[in-house]
Amino acid sequence: MISLALAYLRDRPLTTALNVLLLAISVAMLVLLLQFSTQATERFERDAEGVDLVVGAKGSPLQLILSSIFHVDQPTGNLPYSSLELLRRDPAVARAVPLALGDNFQGFRIVGTDASFSDLYDTELSEGRAFDGEMEAVLGASVAAQTGAELGQKFVGSHGLEDGEDGDQGHDHAPFETVGILKPTGTVVDRLILTSYQTVWHVHGIEHAHYDGGDHEHEAHDEEGHGHDDDHDTDAEHAHDGTEPTDAFSEQADILQAQGNGLEQELTALLVTYRNASGAVRIPSLINRQTEMQSAVPAQETARLLELLGASIEGIRLFAWLLALTGGLAIFVALLNMARSREADLALLRVMGASRVQVFATVIMEGVLTAALGAVIGWIAAHIALMVAQSSFATLADLGLKAWQPVSAEGMLIVAVLCIGALAALIPAMRVYNIDPARILARS
Amino acid sequence: MQLSLAGVGLSYNGRSVLQDVSFDLRTQESALLLGPSGSGKSSLINIICGLQTPDAGSVTLGDAQVAAGGVGDQVRRRSMGIIFQTLRLVSALSVKANLLLAQKLQNGAHDRSLIDATLERLEIAHLTDSRPHELSRGEAQRAAIARALVVKPALLIADEPTSALDSTNTQRVAELLIEASQEAGASLLVATHDDRLKPYFQRALTIEDGRVVG
Repeated sequence: MISLALAYLRDRPLTTALNVLLLAISVAMLVLLLQFSTQATERFERDAEGVDLVVGAKGSPLQLILSSIFHVDQPTGNLPYSSLELLRRDPAVARAVPLALGDNFQGFRIVGTDASFSDLYDTELSEGRAFDGEMEAVLGASVAAQTGAELGQKFVGSHGLEDGEDGDQGHDHAPFETVGILKPTGTVVDRLILTSYQTVWHVHGIEHAHYDGGDHEHEAHDEEGHGHDDDHDTDAEHAHDGTEPTDAFSEQADILQAQGNGLEQELTALLVTYRNASGAVRIPSLINRQTEMQSAVPAQETARLLELLGASIEGIRLFAWLLALTGGLAIFVALLNMARSREADLALLRVMGASRVQVFATVIMEGVLTAALGAVIGWIAAHIALMVAQSSFATLADLGLKAWQPVSAEGMLIVAVLCIGALAALIPAMRVYNIDPARILARS
Repeated sequence: MQLSLAGVGLSYNGRSVLQDVSFDLRTQESALLLGPSGSGKSSLINIICGLQTPDAGSVTLGDAQVAAGGVGDQVRRRSMGIIFQTLRLVSALSVKANLLLAQKLQNGAHDRSLIDATLERLEIAHLTDSRPHELSRGEAQRAAIARALVVKPALLIADEPTSALDSTNTQRVAELLIEASQEAGASLLVATHDDRLKPYFQRALTIEDGRVVG
């Protein structure tokens, strides 16, 4: 019966092609939306995992999140280096990861940081070692794959965060050396080049204490008169227990405020992980009210971003479903006409011994096959479009959008389209089911 | 396989179409059902094929009771090859695909060698891949006979198989049906208004106003 249904579809190629095209367009649109929203959401969640708060210069909180976590926008400005120590000293902070941005290599961002960055993203080396001294760099897996860089290879960064931006301002005087390559993480880290923040300062001619390879800059702390044990594992080592830190924090914030404008050693942002819930209550408001810095909560900003995108996505999704229903209606009309014009054929099938159910199934099969063809073509077209878009638009590549990554909801979508095909065929099939061959024979 | 009709009756809107029709068609026997248009022979063929349910009486083929509905479908599929004047082939399929479909509907299997031999025998082997609309009336009629034969029927039934054919082609079709049914070991029942066919058949049953009169 499948071959008979296929034969009938081939028998009216133009109608079949138009119906298939309508469904294919709607399926392609729905798959594109599904892929984009699913992959973007998953990516946002993966990239922001473990980051409770982002601290940066005042400006748009969404821009701060986009630039510091997803690395797809310009930073809001710089922070004094001492802000890192201020936060690391707070007992409610489990981890504060410094970020110093400003340069790129072939469009891949160079991120000045320290070993805490690897802890945050749980990175592992596939080759070489972690950066240890100045001008040493570790490449994310995608960077290494796309630039073909190898261990020991030197490269020069360019000023700016995008490829070609301020392209004439290369840092020829300070070439980086590749000392390590990371295993793929499926996060934004794959597309980053990691080095120490002192290296970033050095590249930009900023005076600083030399990097000792550790997590924190003791010399810098000492210069500021905040000598302390950097091990934040236990609150007991701090003068305060985190329950009444407001005064101490404010004091530090005032000092920072006073010193801030004169400091040349700057960072772009800090990624903060809380040690306990009190941090979430206290730290954001203190930063926003008592310093020139701002804090942004990734979960909130990501939700806001998705909400902003959501209205447009829902609009397109509604349009695509309407298109799918139009496709279903077109199948319905075509099969209804077929049921009338092909009565003699169907009566002959009954004469040849086909049961009512078999004839009914043939018509349903035609609807389902049309829908299946539309669904398969639409699915393939959507993934090809993703592949082309990924290679044509840098932002999509930066988002790490994968062209051929199946999403489970795609299966549901295809089943829904097949159901539309079957439903569209139902009434014509019922007409055919009730065909009386004797009546048609008498008429003919 | 013997076909037996006993007291078959049918009426439409109070008008009697068939009345007390009874006869037997023995295994491998050929018979002509002769009657003018409107005599009730097409209704009788429909009942024998299980496409219509009689108001009275019974139809049996071998041990099987033929009736409209599920049972009729089954008997028709397994034991009958049917040729109608107008419904010859499925329009979307080639000649060969029509024959394959007939076999598939009968028992779920294909016998390609039988199909090839039948097409050869009916001299339409060169039309294997042709679509029904590409065939002449005579070619389409032979293709319909081939479709009925490739299911190895126990009973071959034809309704007005020579309608609109000239005398040469009428004779050719009659001979073809007789030969084919004999080779297949099938009984043959042909309904027609054309009494030129009489000499080719072992028996002729005449139907008038819904009654078998001779």
